[in-house]
Amino acid sequence: MKQLFKSIWVWLDDRIGISVLLKPMKHIAPQDAKWWYVFGTATLIAFIVQVASGVALAFSFIPSSSQAYETLVFITNDAPFGSFLRGLHYYGASAMVLMVGAHMAQTFLFGAYKFPREMTWTTGVLLLGFTLAMGFTGQLLRWDQTAAWSVVVAAEQAGRVPLIGPWLAHFILGGNTIGGATLSRFFAIHVFVLPAVMFGFIGLHLWLVLRHGISEPPTAGKPVNPETYRREYDELLKKSGRPFWPDLAWRDVIVCTGLIVAIALLAHFIGPPALDKPPDPSVLDADPRPDWYLLWYFALLALIPNRIEGYFMILGPVLIGLLLLIIPVLNHKGERAASRRPWAIAVVCLSVIMIGSLWIEGQQSPWSPNFQALPLTEKVIGATSGPVFEGALLFHDKACLNCHLIQGHGGRRGPDLTYIADKLTHDNMVIRIVNGGNNMPAFGSSLKPQELDALVAFLESCKRPIRPQDQGPMARK
Amino acid sequence: MNENTADHSSLGIEAPEEITRRRFFEKLSITLASFCAAVVGVPLIGFIIAPLFRKPPAKWVTLGKVNEFQIGKTVSVTVIDSSSLPWAGVTAKSAIWLRRESETSFIAFSANCTHLGCPVRWLEGAELFICPCHGGVYYYDGSVAAGPPPLPLFRYNVRVENGEVKMNPVVVPITTTS
Repeated sequence: MKQLFKSIWVWLDDRIGISVLLKPMKHIAPQDAKWWYVFGTATLIAFIVQVASGVALAFSFIPSSSQAYETLVFITNDAPFGSFLRGLHYYGASAMVLMVGAHMAQTFLFGAYKFPREMTWTTGVLLLGFTLAMGFTGQLLRWDQTAAWSVVVAAEQAGRVPLIGPWLAHFILGGNTIGGATLSRFFAIHVFVLPAVMFGFIGLHLWLVLRHGISEPPTAGKPVNPETYRREYDELLKKSGRPFWPDLAWRDVIVCTGLIVAIALLAHFIGPPALDKPPDPSVLDADPRPDWYLLWYFALLALIPNRIEGYFMILGPVLIGLLLLIIPVLNHKGERAASRRPWAIAVVCLSVIMIGSLWIEGQQSPWSPNFQALPLTEKVIGATSGPVFEGALLFHDKACLNCHLIQGHGGRRGPDLTYIADKLTHDNMVIRIVNGGNNMPAFGSSLKPQELDALVAFLESCKRPIRPQDQGPMARK
Repeated sequence: MNENTADHSSLGIEAPEEITRRRFFEKLSITLASFCAAVVGVPLIGFIIAPLFRKPPAKWVTLGKVNEFQIGKTVSVTVIDSSSLPWAGVTAKSAIWLRRESETSFIAFSANCTHLGCPVRWLEGAELFICPCHGGVYYYDGSVAAGPPPLPLFRYNVRVENGEVKMNPVVVPITTTS
């Protein structure tokens, strides 16, 4: 029997050339390429998980504006393993974004983008862009209320592109508004166009890895000299190189196994992101938010100064992309070691801090009013009738509470007014309420004089309680 | 071939470039391949970008009877896109904010924030439109009150006819940098 299998294998290998196909797996690589080098393979594995789970989901998903939501409800609630598969696809996307980020940071810190691997880096940057585009279009295929409004947000952003903006916006919408043509084009882009482009670029990226070899870990004081690098690299491989499979690949296998197990555990125990309401654009009670990997950009658009935002919205991503692409052109030789390139460490650290901070801001969204703010209780108001009580009711009715905190209740868009009477005088309050300013609307035309008096009376009651130790000795007696 | 060349040179005429059999097939193949790419590619691109050229119907949409709306009040009105594709489902619906200013005057606001298109909400007590995404605020007349919106709320054409309030079809207004 063993002999039979061996004969079959020999025949197939001869006719198909399997051994030849797998030969690149045994290419010689630097023996010191260890744990830091696993992120590229992990990204590829996450992509394969996405392709596999995406193909499975496509068996039940109908890319029709009228039926997609129902098919997603079916996949999530009724289809065997449907919820797990949706989770796998969601956490696989998250893993892919994380791994591609880690891979880029490692490549940058190790100076692996320098000669002769400039184009390996460039194809990697493009793959990062395609990965984020896949993430965004994938979120839209979760055809719920958030997805439908996210399409509008995408169209509005595209509309800021000079000259062709409105065309791009209508291309994204599939017409003048959301409708039957909207979802199917995103389905085509997410399922056919982008994966096909990514397969091509992944193939090119891997070919370049094989062509130029896996970069050796950098050594401080040993700069890259394009005239001698290739000879030195060949000598290094001859001296201490190891076949990638299996001598080095086992670390990749371990990390990728951990990655897949983590994705599967998250998919099983936490499950996919919950579906929002149906994608009915006539329901205006919506609060669209991007998935976590684009939340930092969502926050940036809230925090950037208004006067430059229109330009930044388009130029920002373009400039970041161009900068990443030309890094190896600007800096293709010299030191690779991060210890000799402190600016490289600073760039990575600042990028992580910036994205992390913006992500936290995006999570909290302090610029968004709190639409769920309930009227203040009598305990918080400290009165059950009179101008202070009426002012507190107005504070809710006039939507002040949506933006301001009072003893932890309300919104965070504006300043906390719990102790506002300690900071502003009666006149200051009146001026601020009537005229607005500093990102606050003017209420002069919508408040009656008695309403304004009541509101100010309430705000004047918002002050720190006087503690016994703050009072004079006579008062304490 | 040689005779022709000799004739040309003897007459002082520059000989035409000699086209070899290999060069001919090369040019023929590239021409045919380009033709095939155009035959397939032009309709393909035309099909994909066709929605760009789809114009909104000029038909006015009825929002309701005039007496259904109170003067000084702003309400959301659901509008059905009569030109939507048959499989649009709920996405054929959209909503606008309609404000009755006087007996005969109405304002139809787009529900899209001019910042990034999120749906603005009307807060009756405060007489403000507020956007949940980045906190854009508009007054009752659609002018910007606070936050990042670069423009007032977009207004649709609206008219009163035979006791009914009508407006142009809903399109998503796109804010541009120009």
